[in-house]
Amino acid sequence: MKRTLKAEETFFRIFMNITTGFILIILGIIIYSVFEKGMKALSWEMLTSVPSGGYYYGKGGGILNAIVGSLVLAFGATILAFLIGLPVALYMNVFLVRRKRLVNLIRFILDLIWGVPSIVYGAFGFTLMVFIGLQTSLLAGIITVTLFILPIMIRSMDEILRTVPMGLSEATYSLGSNKSELAFKIFTRQSVSGIITAVLLSFGRAIGDAASVLFTAGYTDNLPNSLMEPVATLPLSIFFQLASPVPEVQARAYASALVLTVIILIVSLFSRGLGKRYHKTKINF
Amino acid sequence: MENAIRIKDLNVFAGKTQILKNINVEIPKNEITVILGPSGCGKTTLLKCMNRLTDLYPELKVSGEILINDKNIFAPGADISKLRQSMGLLSQRPYPLPMTIYNNIAYALKLRGIRGRRKQHVLVMDYLKQANLYDEVRKRLREPASRLSIGQQQRLCLARGLAVNPDIILADEPTSALDPISSRFIDEKFQEIKPHFTIVVVTHVLRQARRIADNVIFMYMGEVVEQGPAKDFFENPQEEKTKSYLEGMFN
Repeated sequence: MKRTLKAEETFFRIFMNITTGFILIILGIIIYSVFEKGMKALSWEMLTSVPSGGYYYGKGGGILNAIVGSLVLAFGATILAFLIGLPVALYMNVFLVRRKRLVNLIRFILDLIWGVPSIVYGAFGFTLMVFIGLQTSLLAGIITVTLFILPIMIRSMDEILRTVPMGLSEATYSLGSNKSELAFKIFTRQSVSGIITAVLLSFGRAIGDAASVLFTAGYTDNLPNSLMEPVATLPLSIFFQLASPVPEVQARAYASALVLTVIILIVSLFSRGLGKRYHKTKINF
Repeated sequence: MENAIRIKDLNVFAGKTQILKNINVEIPKNEITVILGPSGCGKTTLLKCMNRLTDLYPELKVSGEILINDKNIFAPGADISKLRQSMGLLSQRPYPLPMTIYNNIAYALKLRGIRGRRKQHVLVMDYLKQANLYDEVRKRLREPASRLSIGQQQRLCLARGLAVNPDIILADEPTSALDPISSRFIDEKFQEIKPHFTIVVVTHVLRQARRIADNVIFMYMGEVVEQGPAKDFFENPQEEKTKSYLEGMFN
C-alpha cells in the first residue's frame, strides 16, 4: 500500500514537472521568436513616425499611429469596463448575497458570453453603430471593446470578491454599516490586488484583439485626434504588415508584435507594483 | 432583575433541518450570560439571531420573537443598522477591517456619527487603552491591522466593538483562537466592564463558563436544556443531561 502511494506521488510529480516545463518552453519559444525576429527590424523611426506613403511596400515610416491608437482604445475601453464592471461585481457579491440562484445564473450567462468569439462582438458593434448612426471611429471601437471585455472584467472581479470571508461581512455589519459601505469600503479594499489583476487581464484582452475593432474602429495611417474618427490598432497593423509580400515589412510585423508584448509587460509590472502597496486582512487559521 | 434580551418561541430551520427548537430564554441586564453546550448544538446560530446576522444566510429560516429593550427585532421596519450598532460583536477569529490599526477604530466612530479629527483621535486612543493595546501599537497606528498578532487583532476587534458604544456585547467563543494571556485579558475585561454592558458569551469550554458566568443557558441539539443563575446551574443542576455534561460525559 505504502509503495503504491509513493509510486503514485512520484508519477504525478514527474507528470506535473513535464507539463509545466512544456508550457514554459512553448512560452519561451513564442517570446524568443518575437524578440529574435522583431529586434532586427525595430528602429527608432518605426516607433516615432506614422506610415508614409509606401510603408506597406517597404518604404519609410512607422507604426506610431497603431501604438497610440491601441493605447487610447485599450485604456478607454478598460476604464469604461471597470466603471461598469466593478459595481456589477460588488452588487452580485454584497447585495445579492441572499439570492444565490440568481447570482449563479448571472455567472453562467457571463461565462457563456465570455466564450463568444470577438468577431461576433465586432459584428454586434457594427450593427449597433448602424442603428445609432455612428461611423467607424475610436468611440465605436471603445464601445465594442468594452462590451467584449466586460464579461472577463466582471467574472474575474467576482471570483476575487467571492473569497472575501463571511466573517468580515459580519464584523462590518455588526458595526452598523450598510451594504454600500460594505461594498465600496471593505470589499474593494480587501480585494485591491485581485481587482488590479482583473483590470490587467481585461486590458491585455482589449489591446490584443483584432477582430472586434476590424469593423468598428477601422484603420488609419494618422494619429487619433477625435473620438469620431477611425483609429489604427497594433493587432490590425501586425495583420496588414504580415500580409505584405515584402520580407522587410513582414519583419516589421514582428517588431510591432514586440512592441505590443512590451506594452503588456510594462502595464503588468506597473499593476503588480500597485497591488503590493495594499494589504488585505490576513485570515488566520 | 431587568432583562436586556427576551427570546420567545424562536425556531430556526436550515432547509428541512431544524437548528433551533422553540427557544425561550431571558438574558439579564448588566450580567454575563454564557451559552454553553457541545459543538454543533446551535449556540452560534442563537447568538447570530440576536443581531440578525442570520439575514446573511439565505438557507436559514427564522421565526419567533427576540425582544431587545422590549422591541421585536424581527418587526418590519426595524432599523437593522442601529440594532447591530447597539451590540458589539466579538467573533471566534478576529476580523480586522482591511485598513490601518487607527482607522479600524476611527471607522467605527464614524459609523457612530462622531466627526472631527480631534475628537476621533482622543477616542481612538481611549479605546485602544481600554483594550490594553495602546502600549503595543502606539508607534504603529498607521500600519495595516493585518500585521498584528491574532491576540492583538482580537483586542483590536474588542476596541472596535466598544467604539460603536453598544449596550450589549455578543461574543462567539472569543478566546478559542487566542494565546492564554490574551484569553485571560478578554475574560477579565468582561468582568470589569459588565456593570455597563449586557454580555453574552458562547463557549463550549466548561472552565471558562465557571470562571465568568453569572447566568448559564445550556443547549443540546438545538434545544435549551436548562437555564438559570450560574451558582444554581453548577451546584444544583436539575436535568439529567446537564449533570452528565458537567461530569464530562460528552463532548
